[in-house]
Amino acid sequence: MTELTQTAQHGLSAHSHGAGVPLQIRNARVRSSKSSDFEAISQREEQWRYLPGDRISDFLVDAFDEFAGDLALKAPDDVKTAWIGPDHDLFGKAGLPEDKISAVAWESAQAAYLINIPSDSKPDCQVQLSLVSEDRSASALHLVINAEHHSTGVVVIDHRGDAQLAENVEILVGDEAQLTVITIQDWTENSVHLSSHFAKLGRNSKLKHIVVSLGGKTVRLTPSVEFTQPGGDVELLGMYFADAGQHLEHRPFVDHAVANCKSRVTYKGALQGEKAHTIWVGDVLIRKAAEGTDTYELNRNLLLTDGARADSVPNLEIETGQIAGAGHASASGRFDDEQLFYLQARGISESQARRLVVFGFLNEIVQQISVPEIEARLTESIEAELARSVD
Amino acid sequence: MSILQIKNLHVSVETEQGAKEILRGVDLTIRNGETHAIMGPNGSGKSTLAYSIAGHPKYEVTDGEILLDGENVLEMSVDERARAGLFLAMQYPVEIPGVSVSNFLRTAKTAIDGEAPALRPWIKEVREAMEGLRMDSAFTERNVNEGFSGGEKKRHEILQLELLKPKFAVLDETDSGLDVDALKVVSEGVNRAKAANDLGVLLITHYTRILKYIQPDFVHVFVAGQVAEEGGPELAERLEAEGYDRYVRA
Ligand SMILES: Nc1ncnc2c1ncn2[C@@H]1O[C@H](COP(=O)(O)OP(=O)(O)OP(=O)(O)O)[C@@H](O)[C@H]1O
Ligand SMILES: [Mg+2]
Repeated sequence: MTELTQTAQHGLSAHSHGAGVPLQIRNARVRSSKSSDFEAISQREEQWRYLPGDRISDFLVDAFDEFAGDLALKAPDDVKTAWIGPDHDLFGKAGLPEDKISAVAWESAQAAYLINIPSDSKPDCQVQLSLVSEDRSASALHLVINAEHHSTGVVVIDHRGDAQLAENVEILVGDEAQLTVITIQDWTENSVHLSSHFAKLGRNSKLKHIVVSLGGKTVRLTPSVEFTQPGGDVELLGMYFADAGQHLEHRPFVDHAVANCKSRVTYKGALQGEKAHTIWVGDVLIRKAAEGTDTYELNRNLLLTDGARADSVPNLEIETGQIAGAGHASASGRFDDEQLFYLQARGISESQARRLVVFGFLNEIVQQISVPEIEARLTESIEAELARSVD
Repeated sequence: MSILQIKNLHVSVETEQGAKEILRGVDLTIRNGETHAIMGPNGSGKSTLAYSIAGHPKYEVTDGEILLDGENVLEMSVDERARAGLFLAMQYPVEIPGVSVSNFLRTAKTAIDGEAPALRPWIKEVREAMEGLRMDSAFTERNVNEGFSGGEKKRHEILQLELLKPKFAVLDETDSGLDVDALKVVSEGVNRAKAANDLGVLLITHYTRILKYIQPDFVHVFVAGQVAEEGGPELAERLEAEGYDRYVRA
């Protein structure tokens, strides 16, 4: 990739840049399940600044319908599911809304769909939740994924169809558990999807969280991760492909609240067409107690045509000097002509060479999933998306 | 019978100081089955010739012709040239992140043949070609050229040569950076391609050692963007002993 913007790398010094919004504001942000605790949505607020109000006008109300689409589950027998109410122990345990729409959704969904992965799960435990909607009124859905201590599992949430969905996904990773969560946004072109993920990690646990955003007019996804015990390890991966008119926004946040945890954030996106807009705001907060933290975040964007715009804002806030490492990098660029030449010199047509280069750029994320069936599936989705749109 | 003709080829590159002429009237004719070695000092334009044949957009042909069996190559796009039967083994092969070797090879083969190869025979063919080049089969799952050592990249170029079966191949310093064993393995790959497809080879090199394995029919001395002298294999020996001094001074 030809680099257009500078790559920034940082050592130990406290630092924040880009939007010029200090992270302390984030730290002091309201967290509540009550929508009335939040100010009205406005682009003057940092968290909404990139999202024009007319894209989410159906969500500027006091209550949403409950999600009425299909939820189809494929899972091994030992994985239990249930609808749980707010009085349940696991409801609201992973986190609380940090924005108004998330809070309205929290209030609107009377029950949450719980997926429980037991301690003695098989190593190849795979759960597939397909969410298909045809409903175009603003609706709310609440999911809770609970990976019990010492469990191992993969949960794929597949979003398809036509929707205006506000979603809260709670992710609990117990002590010593290893969980992979993959969320795929493959909506039709009119859909709006606003999704907040809250993950809480126990001692020596590992979470691999993967976001794949391909379809949807407006997708905004905010995965927040909090470490509660030392030894936690999180990998936040994401890839997105934005066509003309699409708005894809991702705001990963890692809260290093305790010592000796590790985080890696890697998001890659490709954009093409008029008013294709992607936003990546990566926040990492290393609190005073979080000695021995090791973190790195990276966002790379490939701009395939003029008229597309990628905003990329890494924020790293460090409150202790005793860390193992902290850095971030952000870069946007265009096609590397030498890559195209190499492929064309092997007989591959120019348009196919472009598709292959974009495919490879995004596929680097897929290659980190290390669950072969899921890799194959995602590879197919990306190829289909590129076949439709890149020429 | 196939024939590649380069006639009075003039090529410039765009520099900050304006266009700079690098090839200044190159004439070369290669028939299938023939091997032509091109030797010449650094910066004399050997890679420029190779890239110009392949159609790299950086090089502008200002005069002359390239004909493949009478067809005007200069009017073809890069991929059309490859599909017409031209192959360039690059001096510095490019990394393609996220694209596995197996995906790349299958895509290229499909493009060249105009149809996807039947899966099983293809997998077998790839495996055998890799064995012939002493490449570990794990390479098929790695991304194209990513993290490959210099020698591994060169083997990978020759792997493509064997699988894509062009009519003519330009090998741009394929021997550079190879250890003695690798040189032999890679040369055998080229010789297999020659034997299997009656390939014509334009072999750019700085060293006579590869010419011990791949016998050239002709040697061309390339100096300052032109062919300064032509001869048989004995010319290579003389160049090794004497260097390019007398051409450069002349
Ligand atoms: N973009 C450019 N701007 C200026 N000069 C260029 C440019 N591209 C190529 N050249 C010059 O063209 C000349 C020929 O380069 P070329 O790579 O063809 O040489 P070569 O014979 O392959 O050399 P080597 O043996 O070192 O590989 C060199 O002097 C090189 O510096
Ligand atoms: Mg060269």
